Amino acid sequence: MSIDWTAFTPWSALAGGILIGLSASLLLLLHGRIAGISGIVGGLLQAPDGDNRWRIAFLGGLIVAPLVWTLAAGAPTIQVDAGYPTLILAGLLVGFFTRMGAGCTSGHGVCGLSRLSPRSLVATLSFMATGFATVFVLRHLLGA
Amino acid sequence: MPIFAAFLIGLLFGFGLLLSGMINPAKVLGFLDLAGDWDPSLALVMVGAIGVGLIGFGLSGKRRRSVFGEPMRLPTRRNIDRPLVLGGLGFGVGWGLAGFCPGPAITALGAGESGAFVFVAAMLLGMWLFGLWQQKRVRQPS
Repeated sequence: MSIDWTAFTPWSALAGGILIGLSASLLLLLHGRIAGISGIVGGLLQAPDGDNRWRIAFLGGLIVAPLVWTLAAGAPTIQVDAGYPTLILAGLLVGFFTRMGAGCTSGHGVCGLSRLSPRSLVATLSFMATGFATVFVLRHLLGA
Repeated sequence: MPIFAAFLIGLLFGFGLLLSGMINPAKVLGFLDLAGDWDPSLALVMVGAIGVGLIGFGLSGKRRRSVFGEPMRLPTRRNIDRPLVLGGLGFGVGWGLAGFCPGPAITALGAGESGAFVFVAAMLLGMWLFGLWQQKRVRQPS
């Protein structure tokens, strides 16, 4: 392992994380809801409680964010190196397994760990492990 | 009013993803590439988010109703079972393949990123397929 100091952006990463933590805290405080994106999208598909208005509003905020950002600070860097077949496979896996595991990076990784939930710790360690392993296999064994 | 608040809270979450760099799959993969030129930035995203979250969830976790008078819908399950672990493991593979997880992918839609549209469409299909598979399992217990 060698640290890529040119790519390392500690302050914006920390500040961005603080905004995410603030948003998740506000959603719980004001709405009594967990800011888990896979759960919110999945809930929209299944409508378990018949109240989808807050889900649509929250997801709308996410989608509008880059528009406001671009007006204020210029277009964000979004570099997608994966081709469409890889994106489709990745999307299918992320959709299917975040529902199975009842959470993703936001629900388990941010909200669950903030609640000190043992379930979320296990889920987070699981997806971090295969996330690291998948990139290792792709980049260092297959050389993609 | 509560609906507008939910929109602003989503906007704030999106700004966090944009500012932190989580929105950029190349940066996410740089964090997941421990054996290459490792970019530790996203560890600090987690430190910032959980640092604030510990306080926020600590304060509001004890409430019986939210500020808008809604019930506090916190997860009640405590069992560590096979779907939890398998779900996490499978999600990590998909995350590592493209560098997108659900929040950044949906936010990237607003930036007009074509890869995000393909990913999100497949993700919705994956969620729908899980729903089907689960219904089938409930009807025909093994």
